[in-house]
Amino acid sequence: MSDNNNFRAEVAAWLEANCPTSMHRPITADEIVWGGSRLSFQNEDQRLWFERCRDRGWFAPGWPKEYGGGGLAPKQARIVEEEMVRLGCRQPQYNLGVWMLGPVLLEVGTEEQKREHLIPMMRGQQRWCQGFSEPNAGSDLASLKTSAKRVQDSEGEAYIVNGSKIWTSYGDQADWMYALVRTDASARKQQGISFVLIDMHAPGVSVKPIELISGKSSFCEVFFDNVRVPLRQLVGPEGEGWAVAKKLLQHERAAMSKFAEGGAPSHDALAVARPYLDEASAPQAAVWRDRLAAQLMDAHAFALTHQRVTAQAMARQDVSGPASIMKLVQTEQEVAKYELLVQIMGLRGLSWEGEDFSQLEHDICRQWLLTKTYTIGGGTSEVQLNIIAKRVLGLPA
Amino acid sequence: MGFLLNEEQTMLRESALAFIAEQSPVTQQRALRDGAAPLGYNPALWQQAVELGWPIAALPENAGGLAVGYAGLGAIFDLMGRHLAALPLLSHSVLAAELLLQVSDAAQQARWWPLLAAGDERLALALDESQQHWPRPLKAMAERQADGWLLQGEKAFIIDGMGARWLIVAAQVAGEAAPALFIVDSAAAGVAVTPLHLADSRNHARVTLQAVQLPADARLVLPDAAAALDHALDCARSCLAAEACGMAREVLERTVAYLKERVQFDVAIGSFQALQHRMARLYCEVEMLDSCVRAALAAIDTRSPELPQLASLAKARANDLCTTLLNEAVQLHGGIGVTDEFDLGLFLKRARVIGQTLGDSLYHRERYARLKGF
Repeated sequence: MSDNNNFRAEVAAWLEANCPTSMHRPITADEIVWGGSRLSFQNEDQRLWFERCRDRGWFAPGWPKEYGGGGLAPKQARIVEEEMVRLGCRQPQYNLGVWMLGPVLLEVGTEEQKREHLIPMMRGQQRWCQGFSEPNAGSDLASLKTSAKRVQDSEGEAYIVNGSKIWTSYGDQADWMYALVRTDASARKQQGISFVLIDMHAPGVSVKPIELISGKSSFCEVFFDNVRVPLRQLVGPEGEGWAVAKKLLQHERAAMSKFAEGGAPSHDALAVARPYLDEASAPQAAVWRDRLAAQLMDAHAFALTHQRVTAQAMARQDVSGPASIMKLVQTEQEVAKYELLVQIMGLRGLSWEGEDFSQLEHDICRQWLLTKTYTIGGGTSEVQLNIIAKRVLGLPA
Repeated sequence: MGFLLNEEQTMLRESALAFIAEQSPVTQQRALRDGAAPLGYNPALWQQAVELGWPIAALPENAGGLAVGYAGLGAIFDLMGRHLAALPLLSHSVLAAELLLQVSDAAQQARWWPLLAAGDERLALALDESQQHWPRPLKAMAERQADGWLLQGEKAFIIDGMGARWLIVAAQVAGEAAPALFIVDSAAAGVAVTPLHLADSRNHARVTLQAVQLPADARLVLPDAAAALDHALDCARSCLAAEACGMAREVLERTVAYLKERVQFDVAIGSFQALQHRMARLYCEVEMLDSCVRAALAAIDTRSPELPQLASLAKARANDLCTTLLNEAVQLHGGIGVTDEFDLGLFLKRARVIGQTLGDSLYHRERYARLKGF
């Protein structure tokens, strides 16, 4: 125990000495340092913080040193992460590879895969994206059709991949994609699916950013036209990709919380609404005041639920029930909040561009539209409700 | 924030669980109603609860209490909601007790505190004067006289007012903004207590005070009467929300069980997605209410300045869920849900009375907004 306390003190001292003041949270989306071949720094502090963490292996303190990690025991690695959160240090590198794929490769990857991929991502040289959804495989992901046909050619065994992926975040920026592809068209659904790693710079890969109702977005469509993927890039056995993806998604919640630090800012509903309430007519103001209070109370109840679930989980109580409501409730609350704000702001809440409007008004309008993606991506609200009904309430299929 | 029960609180909850399930199942509530029980509860059961120490569970040790805290007492209210158990715990052991705890006069403390533990001479708070709990200047007036007070007014919807030996009456005194609180003997000349029969078959009363003569020491000596009243009300709101939360979980579980066993079109109706999604949404609301209730109860125990916000949050959510969940439960049960023979109606009726007691949702959202500064 006291060893851990000493270690915690050492970690804190190192962070305090090495994390530049400007590298503390909050962080805005354009201040994020993304690893990868396009790695760049806006200032010296970003570079320093990135390099110091890289050299210490603290992009992933618990990974073995031979793959670029910090080589710490799980308990100590957790202490490093806790201290970074406590001291408000920014994530030195944002990378889906480190946060999502890496732990899976460590568990089921071949030695060759670990060397080829873990080390570059831990040097910040490879940026990763996720290729799961397809135009015709959204909530029903297992119906995905992107095909991977096994061939033997002059360079050895490989898959020839054809098809497309959609809703790939930052697909246009990534160096590599981990993807689910269909290696056996005759097998039913989940059985014929494999998990492969695709070089985004390979011939036949093309990427098209998607414009949303809210404007530019990080989402892309990715097309594969006879893309050759060497057999060594198959993770886990052929046809077992579904199980590998399930392992990977276990790391999703932790990754999302790291992303949230640099994600789209959520507005303080009361601060935004107050000046518009002051301008509203008396009947409007009375109703909106009630609805705004209801909105704040919903958010308060959610925050308390988050605290309760955390406290119960730490006391090792079963929280699978309440934990399953979090995504649904949180995203629906965000949607409802912006719906209310654009109503309270009237036509100013629908400002699209131009200097007749404040930046806040533009932001609220765009964010109102963007929140529509929240209840669709990452498992739609309807899928969440299915999960609660079946797994928590035990209602029959 | 204490979201978890400590060892003592867990023990209290476990003993209460066994006691209530055995001594006061839902059939008891039906029997009380069918027998038109004059007090709305079983006096023998109350006596047993007194012996178990429930009325003093949350009281501090210096007032003769067990100091288990509201997290512990709240667990009892939760169980009372689950089993529709009727006991005058809210009126005597929360509303009256919290007011009397604020009394600074030693003689009054010595006179009234022992009654809290004994439970044979019950106390009830007479505050509201209309069908809505919305603070406005009280019409009940207390006039200072040479040797005491003269009390005049009408009070409505007094929780457990029938059979209460003592009434704590809120009244205005000329020249004072905050209401003053008086202890009134329910048998005194000029005091008339009559029952108000609400849908939940519990104990509600109307009190008429006609030229009631009170001794000088009938006025409770409170350093800040308005704050004392607010605190007592917030404690009671939190406990009512706990009762509602227990009821909500019980009704949710009963409805899920029904959806699994009821077969139509050759399948269990719980396999229909339209119904599954409705249940899943209700489940989310139950979990959110549970968090708010625990936070409010913990805020009482830690003397948090956030208690008013948290009590209003918990009560508003409890009110809303009591409406939507019970309505959904009746609809999803179909025909049997509207028969008197089936217990669901008893839950529906109690839930609605809770929703209108000590502030509806509109009241609590308005209060929350005010506390947030808008």
